[in-house]
This record gives sequence, structure tokens and C-alpha cells, in this order.
Amino acid sequence: MKSDIVELTIKKLRDGISQKQFSIQEVVEAYITNINKYESKINAFNTVQNDEEIQILIRALGNNTEKSLSGIPFSLKDAYVTKGVTTTAGSKVLDGYQPQYNATAYQKILNQGGILLGKNSQDAWGHGSTSENTDFKIPKNPWDKERVAGGSSGGSAAAISARMVPFAIGEDTGGSIRNPASFCGITGLKVTYGRVSRYGAIAYASSLDTVGPMAKNVEDAALVLTIIAGKDPYDATTSPLPVPNYFNELKRGIRGKRIGIPKEFFQEGTDKEVIQKVKEALYKFEELGAELIEVSIPSIDIGVAAYYLLAPSETSSNLARYDGIRYGHTRNNFTVETMRRIMIGTYALSAGYYDAYYKKSLKARTIIIKDYKKAFEKCDMLIGPVNPTPAPKLGELTSDPVQLMLSDVYTLTQNIAGIPSLALPCGFSSTGLPIGMQIMGNMFDETTILQTGYAYQQATDWHKMKPKL
Amino acid sequence: MVDDKYEPIIGLEIHVELKTKSKMFCGCAASWFGKEPNTLCCPVCLGLPGALPVPNKKAIEWCVMLGLALNCEIPLFSKFDRKNYFYPDLPKGYQISQYDKPFAINGSLKIKNIEEKIIRIRRVHMEEDTGKLLHAKVDGENCTLIDFNRSGVPLVEIVTEPDIRSSEEARNFLKKLHQIIRYLGISGADMEKGSMRLEPNISVRQLKTQNSNIKAISKSLNLVGDYPKYKVEVKNINSFNFAKKAIDYEIKRHLELLSNGETPAQETRGWDEKKGITYSQRSKEEAHDYRYFPEPDIPPINWTESQISNLKSQITELPDDKVDRFIKSYRLSEYDGTILTDSVETANYFEKAIEQLSNEKKNQLTPKTIANWIINKKVDTSKTSPEKLVQLIMQRTQVVQIDEKELEEIIKKILAANPKAVADYKSGKEQALLFLVGQVMRETKGKANAEQIKQKLIDLVSISRV
Amino acid sequence: MRSTKTFLSTDQVRHVAHLAHLPVSEESIAKLQKELEATFEYINKIKSLNTKGVDETSQVTGLENVFREDIVDNKRTLPQKEVLSTAPSIYKGYFKVKAIFHEE
Repeated sequence: MKSDIVELTIKKLRDGISQKQFSIQEVVEAYITNINKYESKINAFNTVQNDEEIQILIRALGNNTEKSLSGIPFSLKDAYVTKGVTTTAGSKVLDGYQPQYNATAYQKILNQGGILLGKNSQDAWGHGSTSENTDFKIPKNPWDKERVAGGSSGGSAAAISARMVPFAIGEDTGGSIRNPASFCGITGLKVTYGRVSRYGAIAYASSLDTVGPMAKNVEDAALVLTIIAGKDPYDATTSPLPVPNYFNELKRGIRGKRIGIPKEFFQEGTDKEVIQKVKEALYKFEELGAELIEVSIPSIDIGVAAYYLLAPSETSSNLARYDGIRYGHTRNNFTVETMRRIMIGTYALSAGYYDAYYKKSLKARTIIIKDYKKAFEKCDMLIGPVNPTPAPKLGELTSDPVQLMLSDVYTLTQNIAGIPSLALPCGFSSTGLPIGMQIMGNMFDETTILQTGYAYQQATDWHKMKPKL
Repeated sequence: MVDDKYEPIIGLEIHVELKTKSKMFCGCAASWFGKEPNTLCCPVCLGLPGALPVPNKKAIEWCVMLGLALNCEIPLFSKFDRKNYFYPDLPKGYQISQYDKPFAINGSLKIKNIEEKIIRIRRVHMEEDTGKLLHAKVDGENCTLIDFNRSGVPLVEIVTEPDIRSSEEARNFLKKLHQIIRYLGISGADMEKGSMRLEPNISVRQLKTQNSNIKAISKSLNLVGDYPKYKVEVKNINSFNFAKKAIDYEIKRHLELLSNGETPAQETRGWDEKKGITYSQRSKEEAHDYRYFPEPDIPPINWTESQISNLKSQITELPDDKVDRFIKSYRLSEYDGTILTDSVETANYFEKAIEQLSNEKKNQLTPKTIANWIINKKVDTSKTSPEKLVQLIMQRTQVVQIDEKELEEIIKKILAANPKAVADYKSGKEQALLFLVGQVMRETKGKANAEQIKQKLIDLVSISRV
Repeated sequence: MRSTKTFLSTDQVRHVAHLAHLPVSEESIAKLQKELEATFEYINKIKSLNTKGVDETSQVTGLENVFREDIVDNKRTLPQKEVLSTAPSIYKGYFKVKAIFHEE
């Protein structure tokens, strides 16, 4: 049944295609049907490929229909350059920009036969955690269309939640995959810094940006990660460490694993229901055989200040190339929020202030890394909430820049330290809004956190719930 | 020209384009000169959204080798930094360069005018070149055209301490540096083509003491007083000679201002080679805030001692060492040694010719003779192989193995047998003489020396000439 | 928090906007100043962090000496047409902008 196709995992879709239960055409059409049905209400896409373009893509597969993603539709956050397909990074500065090359992660998916359906709406340049800082469409939360989908990869999360694509590639610099995944009730992975190539990902903050999969479940995220991860000669910060087959190693289970509970992740000011749902998940892990240990990450508070110095500094430099000469439009087209971040960064790097601000935050980074290292001596992973509250209403956070900063407190330090973190749903608020938790791992230990998330999703159903659209 | 109460304080900033095959941070070809605009560009060197830099190993190694050739320390830790500023030829809005941890520091170069002098090298570092701007008029409107072929080409920057005290010293320094770079084979270092660029920083300082003794000592230590509070940077210099002229012009300009009680403005000036003057470009006072920070996209460099000594061993003999060796091994004068080693090509040519000597059984040529022939350009070395050169010299300088009297007899015989040739020669036809020489040479079966024959012929013919 | 308040004058705001090549209108300067001050008031927390004896970490990868060999790789070199395809103004193979008089 067509409506069932969109509930299948990627593996089941591939098996179904191989076993001729349904065709690639049918799979693609099932998702396009949902785009046509819901997009006008959800705004998950800045660009949707038209029917003709998609048919060309399907035909281009030719006889190569046995690759790991042959015929599987997907979308990309609009921050990934896609040759010949408009790429805006959510900003008017790149309105109409047609890139001349493909991002590595995108190319890898294409090489495995994936079918690009479109580019997702987002906060411009990644600047934001609600996807409202954009010159284009603001994605709505499919669970409550008066609320934000989260950000900055809000469009990608909304698209998956509304079953418009089975998976998307988002981008996480300070929570931008985990935050919307949590608000929209889907699964999203912030990888270890250097696990996946950033070549072709329009840079926000070079030392913090990560490229990661978003999907309905951990299994799909693991499958996609196995495809996009690995050293890239075009990105000098990618790791030469071999890529495990994350998908094949999912089923280990978590018996005997030690889960650290960082006490600073359950602060005053965090929604009681959020804390409750995360705690319930922790009990579930205990049931499954894991050991719970209290740990501490004292520097998570200074992490906010450090992040809001590091990221704007790097972005002020990364956005300097947008001068409207070789591509794009002039700099007066930046949003106010983006200008604010550029100015913060410029100031923090400027003569006389570099030591007090940028250099100081590089030292804060050392302290944060030490904190996580110390915690990981006692446990194999850490678990905590993603957002302090369920999805806020549209317009609620944009008026107060400091409030906006503080709402990221649980997701910033993992980017500063470089460690991976998997966000997945662990319940709902009393008002029916998804609540997510994140499983944080050691550097390059996506294996453990994916195994843990998988075990959780075998024992619970949160990830199978979908919004009424 | 230099006033007794003042002395010039000159430091040099030199940029050298490396002749690597590919650019500094991408695989585009680095040979940009003369190519159609914007045909050697990729996402990286064009600064497209999402592009990332990956450094060229050879370029870095060559930079270190240049540092070693300039007696620099090579710190084990080094990194790249971003230098942030806006300009249309700078596609990323920042240049990847090196700020506080350059590849090489604290070196020196010995120059010689009358005395020897050491010029200290502050640093040698790597950076990338910018695109090229062209000014044009399109449809009646002034505009600027941009070509990014040159964007991303590897550049090495050499900065000296302000130890230079005259335009002559500056020119000597440049020539020496140029020679070393050519010896290393890392760049064409052609000032006219722009593969070597120079920006002198010039100021003039009042000497604090009038006591000539102290002045003499202090002068060699470069430690008289403080450095002046201003300095002028001069751009657009396209040759060593223009460098000397521009520096001389500036020194004179500064002296005039200073003697009027004025301080020259701290600024950047351009050299106008047609008018022979410098003109103000912009005030250096409005110094750029480059907001340097470590380049996050490129991991740092950590050398091992053995990697550095490996690079050192790859440096073939440098000019100074070669001169010393030539003087010792070939018993040449310093003058001869210096000229022969001016270019490594000439030095190699000379040594190839020397190799031929041992092949010749009749080893009567000295290295000095060969040196003379090359130095005095008695043959075109670009058209004559070293082997041929040796043959030629052998022929011309062959010791006479024929009796003087016997030679005279033969010559008289030839003259008698060729009255027409003799007449031709007497009427001014030089060709006839050569013909006669050839006849005599044949007759003597190579036992006589062509020069000697010629001379004898002329003598004998002129005796009969009245 | 009063003691760590950054006073950002409108001149400083203008200077930073100029450094960043951001064409900020005079009307927005006042608003920006307030927002930036509020932000820095919070960010200034970093100044009180004890970092005695702590080194900076610029790179979390721990990688070093990542290079590429010096070979020409034309796979990414774009044809001139594609290079210029995204430019608003071109002329005979060049990017074209208004005349620039000051030289760097």
C-alpha cells in the first residue's frame, strides 16, 4: 500500500525494490505525493525538484538498481551545494545560486543511487535554532503548525516527520540536527567532528560544523552514515580512521554498558516534562541491562559564552566571500540576525579584543574537552535532554537574542568538544509535542551510541509515531 | 649622497612565486602566466561556497628549504592562519597565510659590497597569491576586470630585519637572494613576470652620536639609537635596478623632509618608473585590522628533526659554498669563481667541461683556461656543448710541435703556390688569409697552431708588402 | 552583571560594521548597539573563566601534517563558462566590477 511505503525503513524499501514488491517509481511517487499534499502547510523545502527532473534522475539509474540507496528518495539541507540545483543556505544572498559542483556527502549518496527530491528550508547560514532566521520559507512543526520545527535544519526534520522523504542530510554546528530532530520527533545524528566530509557544506563555523543523517529511526541513520562517512582528500579535517559498518553492528545491545547522567543537563529552568521523559528513558536503559552512573560536565554553562564567541568569529570570516562579485548578491541582503553574528565575530577577533574573547574561548574549549574526557573515564556514553523545552511557538524566541542563546545550552558543548551525539524521541509532552533525548559518545564512537539508540527503538515505539497532518 | 648625520634604515619584504605544478591549496595548475582568464579555477581557488583548502606538500617543503638556505631556524610546530580583509582579487575575503608560527625564522644572508655584511632574516613563510586585477574601460565606463587564474598560487614571503643601509646593499641582497632561489630551483624569480616581488620599507634615522669611532663600531652592529617612528613602504618595483633607484629616490625625499624639520608620512607609495618618482598611494596609518586567527580547515604541521635534516640534505650546493670549492679545487681566483657560479647552469657547464679534461690524454689545459674561455665569452655556451668547448680550446692552444724554420718553409711554399690568394689578401680580403691558414694547417698535419700560423703568414706577407 | 557590561559605542558599532563590510543603515545602528551590548553582557562571562595554565585548542581532530601531493588534478578545474556562470557582471572572460582606484 502506498501509504505504507513511507513508513518503511530504508533497508525494507531496498528489499522491496529488489524483490519487486514495488518499483522505484512507486517509492518515489509515494513520497512526492506527501510533498504535494503537505508542503504548502509545512514549508520544509526551499526547492523541490519538478516531476521532469525526478524522472531524469530515475532514468539515470539505468540498470544500476542494486546499490545500497538505489531509488531511495532523500533531501538535503539547503546548505549543501548541489550542481545545477538551486542552493541558498536559507539566505537571499544566494537567491537563485546554482552551484558548479557537488558536496562530497551528496555525491556519495548519488553514487549509491539516491534520488534528490529537494533542498530543505533552514536558518540562514545555520544561524539559529528555530529556522525562523531565513529569507525563504519558515518550516512548521508537523506536530503543531503554530510551532517551530527547530533549527537550523528545521526543514529537514519537518520533511522526515511529515513523511516527505525517508532521510535527509542536515548539518549540526551547535545542535542544528539534534534540536529539530527532537522538536519534530525524529532521529538525527551529530557525528564526531571529522567523521564526515564538510566539502561542499556551506560553512557556518569551520571548527564546529558537522554533516549528519536525519531519518525516522536509528537504523536508517546508521545506514546513511556508513555511506557518507570517511576520509575525503578534499577536506583536510576528515579522519583517516576506517569507517565501521555502523548498520551491521547495530544489534549488539547495551547489556553491561555504562550510561553517564551528567547532572548539569537537568538544570533548573528545564521543562519538568522533558526531564521526566528523559528519566523514563534512562529507566528503560536500566531494564535493558545498562548501568547508570552520575557524572558531571561543569563547563556546560560557560559553553554558551564560548560557543557564541567561537561560532560568530568563524562565521564572520566564512561569510566574507559573499561579496556578490563571483556569485550571489550583495551583503546588504544578509538578515539582521546574521549581521549581528558577523559583527559579534568581527569584534571578538579585532585588534585589542582577540585575547579576551577568541583566544579565551579556545581555552574554554580545552576545559570542555577535558570535562567530557573525564566523564568518559567512568562510562561509555552520556544521556541527557536535547532542548530545555518542547517546541516553542513561532516568534516566541526570536525577539530575545540572549534567550535564544541560552536555549542551546545542552547542545553546544558537544560541537566544541567534537564528540558525537544521537538525538531520538523519548516521549511526548502532555500537549502532544515530541520530546527528545541525546546519547553522547566518545570521539569516533558512533558505534556505541547507535547501538544504544537502536536497542531503545527496539524496546519502544516513540519513533514510530507520526503527526496527524 | 647619504648625509653624515643621517642613515637610511631599510627592510625588505619579498614575495616569491613557487614553480610548483599545482596551486597551494588545490589541484589546479599553477602555471597561470599567459593563460586565458578564469580557466585555471576550481571551487577552492575561486572561493565558492563550501570549498575547503588542502595544502601542497612540495610548496611547504620548498619554503622550508629556502628557510634552511637562509640559515633560518625551522620551528618544529607551524600552522596556517587566516588574514581577513576585503578586496575583489581575494575570493574568500581572507588570505590563508602564516601569522605567529611561520615555517622559518631568525635567518641571515651574507652580502658583499666592499666588506662583508650580514642581513638578518626575520621570517620566511607560506601564503597564497590573489587573483589579478586589470583596469579597463568598457562601454565608456571605467571598470576593473578580475582574473582568478593566479588565485591560490603558492607564495613564499621573506621578511628581513631593517639591517640594510643603502640602495646598493639592497640590490646586492636581492641579487644574492635571487641567486639562491634559482640554485634551489623553486622559482623563476623573475621580477618582470611578477614571480618575485619586492616591497622595501624605508626610513631615515638621525645618527645619535657625532663621535666617529663609536659611529664606526655601532654602524656594523646596526645598533645606533632607536628605529625611526615612521616607515614608508614602496610598491610596484619591477627590477633590481628600479629597486635601487626607488630606494635612492625615497632616501633623498626623506632627507629633504627631515632637514626641513618635517617627518615623512607613514604610508604606502608606488614607484613610477617612467617618471622616476614615488607617489603616495594610501596612508599606512589606516592599518588593516587583519583579525588573524588559526586556520580551522588545515591541521597544523609538526616536523620531526629527521624530516628537517632530510630536507636540508636535499639542498644541493649553494652559491657561497660552490665559490669556495671552485677556488680550492680548481685554483681559481675569487673573481673567476664568483662569475662562474653566478648561475648554477654556468657552474654545471664549467664542471662538465672539467670532466672532459680527464678524458683527454694530452692533459695540457688548466681549469683556469676553461674558466677564461667561459668568462670572456669566447664561445656561446648555450650553443656549444662542454665537450665541444674543450675540443675547440685544445685546437687553438695546442703546443707547437713543429720547428720554427720548418714552418716558415711550409708557409713560403704555400704562399708561392697560391699567388691569387696572396693578392686577394693584400687587397683586403680577410677570407683569403683564412684560406691560406687552412692550407698551411693541412700541410703541417695539425702540428702547428692556427693562431701561430696566422701570425706567421701575416708577418711573411707583410714583409713582401711594401 | 553590571561590572562586566561592555560599553559598545555607536562609533564602535560603525567601525565593526565597516571592518565586516556590512552596509548597516544609520537607523539600524542604535538597535544593533543595544542588541550587541546585551549579547556581550552575557558573553563577557568568558572573561571570568579561570584559564591559568590552560592552552588553546584550535583543532579538535588532533590531526597533523595533512597534505596533498603536488600534482595537477583537473577533475575540479572548471571550464571558464561555468566559472562565470554565476557572476552578475562579466566581460570577455573576466569578472567585471566598478573601477577600483586604491591598490592593496
